[in-house]
Amino acid sequence: MAAAVPQAGGQAPPASVVQRKSRTGYVLLFPGMAWLAVFFAIPLVTLFATSLQSPIEGRTGRYKPGLEIGNYASALSEYWPQFLRSFLYAGVATVLALAIAYPLAYFIAFRAGKWRSLMLVLVIAPSFASFLLRTYAWKTILADEGPITSTLNALHLLPDGRILNTWIAVIAGLTYNFLPFMILPLYAALEKIDPRLIEAASDLYASPQTAFRKVTWPLSMPGVVAGTLLTFIPAAGDYINAELLGSPKNRMIGNEIQTNFIEYRDYPTASALSFILMTIILVMVFTYIRRAGTEDLV
Amino acid sequence: MRWLRKNLIGIVAVLVLVYLFIPIAVIMALSFNNPKGKFNLSWNEFSLDAWTDLCGVPGVCSSFVTSIEIGLVATLGATLLGTMISFALVRYRFRGRSTTNLLIFLPMATPEVVMGASLLALFLNMRLPLGIVTVTVAHVMFIISFVVVTVKARLQGMDPRLEEAARDLYANPRAVFRYVTFPLVLPGILGAALLGFSLSFDDFIISYFNAGTLVTFPIFIWGAAQRGIPVQVNALASLVFLVALAIVLGGQFLGHRRRKALENPKPILVDTLSRS
Amino acid sequence: MSDETRQVDDLRMTSLTKKFGDHAAVDDLTLTIPAGSFFALLGASGCGKTTTLRMVAGLEDPTSGSIFIGERDITHLRAFERPVNTVFQSYALFPHLDIFENVAFGLRRRGVKDVKATVESMLELVELSPMARRKPTQLSGGQQQRVAVARALINRPDVLLLDEPLGALDLKLRRQMQIELKRIQVEVGTTFVHVTHDQEEAMTMADTVAVMNSGRIEQMGHPADIYELPRTVFVANFLGQANLIVGTRAGNAGADVVVSSFGQSFAVPSERVFAAGSDLIVGVRPEKITILDLVDAGRVPEHHNRITGRVTDVSYTGVSTQYLVKAPWEQELIVFEQNVVVGDRSEVGDEVVLHWSPKHTFGLDGSSGTTVGVDPEVLELEAVNQSLVADDAEA
Repeated sequence: MAAAVPQAGGQAPPASVVQRKSRTGYVLLFPGMAWLAVFFAIPLVTLFATSLQSPIEGRTGRYKPGLEIGNYASALSEYWPQFLRSFLYAGVATVLALAIAYPLAYFIAFRAGKWRSLMLVLVIAPSFASFLLRTYAWKTILADEGPITSTLNALHLLPDGRILNTWIAVIAGLTYNFLPFMILPLYAALEKIDPRLIEAASDLYASPQTAFRKVTWPLSMPGVVAGTLLTFIPAAGDYINAELLGSPKNRMIGNEIQTNFIEYRDYPTASALSFILMTIILVMVFTYIRRAGTEDLV
Repeated sequence: MRWLRKNLIGIVAVLVLVYLFIPIAVIMALSFNNPKGKFNLSWNEFSLDAWTDLCGVPGVCSSFVTSIEIGLVATLGATLLGTMISFALVRYRFRGRSTTNLLIFLPMATPEVVMGASLLALFLNMRLPLGIVTVTVAHVMFIISFVVVTVKARLQGMDPRLEEAARDLYANPRAVFRYVTFPLVLPGILGAALLGFSLSFDDFIISYFNAGTLVTFPIFIWGAAQRGIPVQVNALASLVFLVALAIVLGGQFLGHRRRKALENPKPILVDTLSRS
Repeated sequence: MSDETRQVDDLRMTSLTKKFGDHAAVDDLTLTIPAGSFFALLGASGCGKTTTLRMVAGLEDPTSGSIFIGERDITHLRAFERPVNTVFQSYALFPHLDIFENVAFGLRRRGVKDVKATVESMLELVELSPMARRKPTQLSGGQQQRVAVARALINRPDVLLLDEPLGALDLKLRRQMQIELKRIQVEVGTTFVHVTHDQEEAMTMADTVAVMNSGRIEQMGHPADIYELPRTVFVANFLGQANLIVGTRAGNAGADVVVSSFGQSFAVPSERVFAAGSDLIVGVRPEKITILDLVDAGRVPEHHNRITGRVTDVSYTGVSTQYLVKAPWEQELIVFEQNVVVGDRSEVGDEVVLHWSPKHTFGLDGSSGTTVGVDPEVLELEAVNQSLVADDAEA
């Protein structure tokens, strides 16, 4: 948050943004922030309260307020494999997405020339087709008799003899679906790098590999951090890919939250799971941002 | 060999783009399919049936219209609220700035399933009937943050001297806003609205939690997935894809002519996503 | 508002002060800028000149003090209510409007109905008629600059403010625009207040220059007068170059003050001494000094101030030759010599005698040192050079 500080009689941009102090500011702020408070913050509090409720005997889906901390323990002990799986799948998908996205983002930023804007449009264009349908399309692409599965099978590369309904399909789906969220921040960071810096590095005896390692990569770090977060967070909470492309053995925590909430109407367990998920993600996000040293990301 | 080494990154880039479009190609191809059995998963024979009778399956068009209605209303609301917040953040000093920033950032860092579940918990506790209102309310909530990020960036990127120049040239505060500030921020607001609409239109998870018996287009697809997705869904999705692409490319083309003038080399939507 | 009936008034500032926190960017400034003059506010970055300009424009509120145009107090008028217009640094042309609409902006805001003829004649004045329907970014830097001037001048302001108007242009274009701006100013007769850090630009264009430092005006006057007779060390250093030699007041000889420094004495006419105390600095501009071989020392006119020394550097710049001469007390003096005679240059190592007339000498207050107003980066470089020389000497 670069707050504009008026430069005292400075030469360059004088008093860049003059921030006024008046009631208008609060008036502008109030409706939107009230909306976020009522429909984002308060629900989280409600969710927390719900996570501590205890069941009313003999009435499914009815709960009474309580302080049932045991909900958390039972949720964790029952669903820890799904938590582990969610973070594992999301982690692998994020790393894959980074590896796939970097060359494209690099190319668009440094080599695309007049094709740059068109390529950027092409990166977001797939998002215009329904998320569910795109995921569903992978069912066709990865089908058991399909060309990909048969080729890999011919090479004896598939442990289960198939891709669909295995963890491979789930991770492939996650990687694909959140790829644009990796490419765009990477591109934004790479685009800010002055290409002369890379030239300067090679002028100073750095091989292309060294120039990349010592100049390009560190300077693209803000993009790497933003991209990995934007990929990891939705991937860890996702359940569509696991539902459509995986088998019951590949269920992620999102699946369990959804099922508990909507099918079992076990609101306390679902709420506890949501809360654990959110807490873990937020702790990871903030540690990660701090360690990556880009705290101005927010 | 030398050629390969020189162009390796370009080749990889093109391959990645192709990869991004494989599912789109499948969706579009299957919209011309006449599937054998109820699952439209593999090619059988060419047919224009779905395209000539887009509403041929009960519920598909009404869910489509519902999603458009929700998208329009939610976008309008979120754009208005988010734009107001952006102006407050950039132009005014107020107490509680860091809390405000946190409350704007958190929805973007919260898994959708958590937001969906927590809103449902709220609505259940308030005994509010689930339906179009609750879904729209939820959409406004999660779009606001994206609008704020986009419009704020646009406002911050604006040369403050332009508004000073307007004041210097006899524009009173209202005229400064009308003739300078607003026209310059407008592309950002439109970009935010476009993004907001696409987020709302495509949202499944949050909608599913809070829809009750309401069926939006993604919810229709989800339900149909169990018993076979009608070909019409593919046709409609292809249509949406093509229309959206046309809008963005058209905006690009216009933007190309205005781009220099507005000194923004990136398409607004890309700009938005890459800043969030 | 036809030209005949137009009453042009002076711009006056009284005790104008602007504080940012504890720092006074503009400090108790009292100044009258005569109507119709081309006035330059000259100073390094952060000296308060831009803040002064912004207060006159109404873009910054003064902490205290007042601003008048004629007898009218405009201190508390808002920017859009003032008969003052600004040419902004890097122009601030509206990117979403074409050139015509940019120029028409002020007229339209004031509710002028038929702007076409006025705008067209204004575009003619700045020679941009064919560009009327272009967008600002389709214009070159020089053209944009002229649009910015036209956009401000069309409103016939009592005062036109120019904030580093030529800073973004390259050297050659800048020269052209200097002449162009001067032409326009003469043609319209409006008061121009020009803020710049470029001393050459200020001297070329303005009929009055005010040198500003730390929120105050150090000296004000016709460019030649300030250059020939700076009253402070800051002005002597900031405006061109000066040789400044520290010394003490040793008494009077006729109409001259005698200053002794490093065992030598220099004569300064008493009306050219601007210090009351006994610490004095003797100053002389480099081009006022004549350089002679030591063997020709007899040709030095009587009464001239003189220093013997050794040439340490010679740079030929075409029009003139620049010498660095080391005085017996190790100070390096700068001498510019016109290249009138070919092939008669001193060389590095030559023993020479420098001399100049007392009437080109000035005496300044010696209490603040000789380096005030020198670009800090230049000082830093000099220090580096010195240490390198010292290293060489050791080796």
